[in-house]
Amino acid sequence: MTVAQVIFYVVAALAVAGGLGVVLAKHAVYAALFLIVALIAVAGVYILLASEFLALVQILIYAGAVTVLLLFALMLTRTSDLPEAMTGAQWPVAGLVAALLGGAIIATVTTSDWPGDEDGMITRVPFDDLGSALFQQWAVPFEIASLVLFVALVGAIVLAREDEPEEEGE
Amino acid sequence: MMLALTYDVGNIWLDSLLGLLAIIVLMTVGALALIWLERKVSARIQMRLGPMRVGPYGLLQTLADAVKLVGKEDMRPRSADRWVFELAPFVVFVPAFVAFVAIPFTRDWAVAFLDLGLFFIVAVTGLSFVGFLMAGWASDNKYALLGGLRAAAQLISYEIPMVLSLIAVTMIVGSLNLSDIVIYQGRVPLFVWQPLAFFIFIVAALAELERQPFDIPTAESEVVGGPFIEYSGIRWSIFYLASYTNLIVYSLLGALVFLGGWDWPLGREAGLWLQVLLTFGKTMFLILLFMWVRFAMPRLRIDQLMSYCWKVLIPLAFLQIFLNGLVLVYGWPDFTLLLTSGAGLLLAGYIVDRTVRADPRTLRMVPANPGAAEPAAADSAGS
Repeated sequence: MTVAQVIFYVVAALAVAGGLGVVLAKHAVYAALFLIVALIAVAGVYILLASEFLALVQILIYAGAVTVLLLFALMLTRTSDLPEAMTGAQWPVAGLVAALLGGAIIATVTTSDWPGDEDGMITRVPFDDLGSALFQQWAVPFEIASLVLFVALVGAIVLAREDEPEEEGE
Repeated sequence: MMLALTYDVGNIWLDSLLGLLAIIVLMTVGALALIWLERKVSARIQMRLGPMRVGPYGLLQTLADAVKLVGKEDMRPRSADRWVFELAPFVVFVPAFVAFVAIPFTRDWAVAFLDLGLFFIVAVTGLSFVGFLMAGWASDNKYALLGGLRAAAQLISYEIPMVLSLIAVTMIVGSLNLSDIVIYQGRVPLFVWQPLAFFIFIVAALAELERQPFDIPTAESEVVGGPFIEYSGIRWSIFYLASYTNLIVYSLLGALVFLGGWDWPLGREAGLWLQVLLTFGKTMFLILLFMWVRFAMPRLRIDQLMSYCWKVLIPLAFLQIFLNGLVLVYGWPDFTLLLTSGAGLLLAGYIVDRTVRADPRTLRMVPANPGAAEPAAADSAGS
């Protein structure tokens, strides 16, 4: 086994353990913290695949920014006082769906032809190419995505402020 | 230590080990020295002497304090959540430590020269808020939770202007590699071309470091120490160590990105000694600036902090990016960068000045508890 393989198995085990922790933890805050572990471990897999940019984005956006919203919501609300809410009556259904999805992904991965398979090397994508693809070739879809996010943001603010009286005099 | 590491050791494992050792030594000694320095600087500003008893000029005072802290009992409230409480200091500490890996101290010495070094540091240091939230939540203390939430809100908010100001700089340089950014500044450092971005970076770094005037998460007079309220002994000192390590990291980052790092002036020609001297000197300049600000400014309120970030700093950072884009797209000469960014800095100064001079009675204020007149909570005791 090469060093890269050893690192891969460590990182992959961390990711799986984190994912299991998210599902099995009794406490919602624990689940959120396990989610951070899983996301960082996935960033480690990206680094092994020579996509450093993706790994750093994963850390900055998912582990750094998305989970803070989860933690905020959990810590400011009363969910942490209700441990029984973590296991609903639908858990067998959820387990079945998760198993089916996992099976489908594994089947797809094992039967597909991956472009790097012939020489066994990872094809690196320079992140300059990534940038020009995103902001030149696909600029319009990118802008549409940001517009959608912007609308969602404004909508959330409007919904959240609905019950407050309007008193802005400016 | 650093000298020895410029030689090629040959073995990648040994090399990494030596690099890590160097960082650990640098970080610990740096933090101890900075705590002493901060006490001395604060004493000088307040016309005191500061620590004088232990060693010459009190040099060994922090060492004695460290021994005391390590010897203290490691206590944990009974209702605290054990694992989250005990792991939180390390979650704050590790990001600060890891950020050192990507910093080029001289032309030839860094633990790793990363192509995305700047992005790496920003992404990794952004993770420390998790530790503050963990500490705040696990302490099972209302003040700690409030402080932890304040810390997370502040760190997340001020990360945006910080990243945007660094993006403005990378637009000019065209690289996220810290060595490239330093080499670009061989003749003119970037704070000349980008004064507005430099200003935004300094303010955002102050907020990220949770130092006055932005020490709202740990404000003694409001949340009595915030997330650290239940910590003592070794775990508390790890939080403290992390805070000073972050101070070093952000100062180094500012020195490398805006002040020309090891290259300006003449660092490349004069060799290693001048490079070490330049990096050290510029970092110390920024550290002293942060300390000076800390003891000269009153603490802001949390709503002032947030509106300053979202209504002033972020729009100004976007303005800086937009202006840089104009200059780059139309290929205008370099000095237009100085003109546009300088005009932006004047605008920022005008906004701050207008707010400071405004008659408090005409400001539209949101009272904390309606009915009671609310004086600005600016006259806090300090630490």
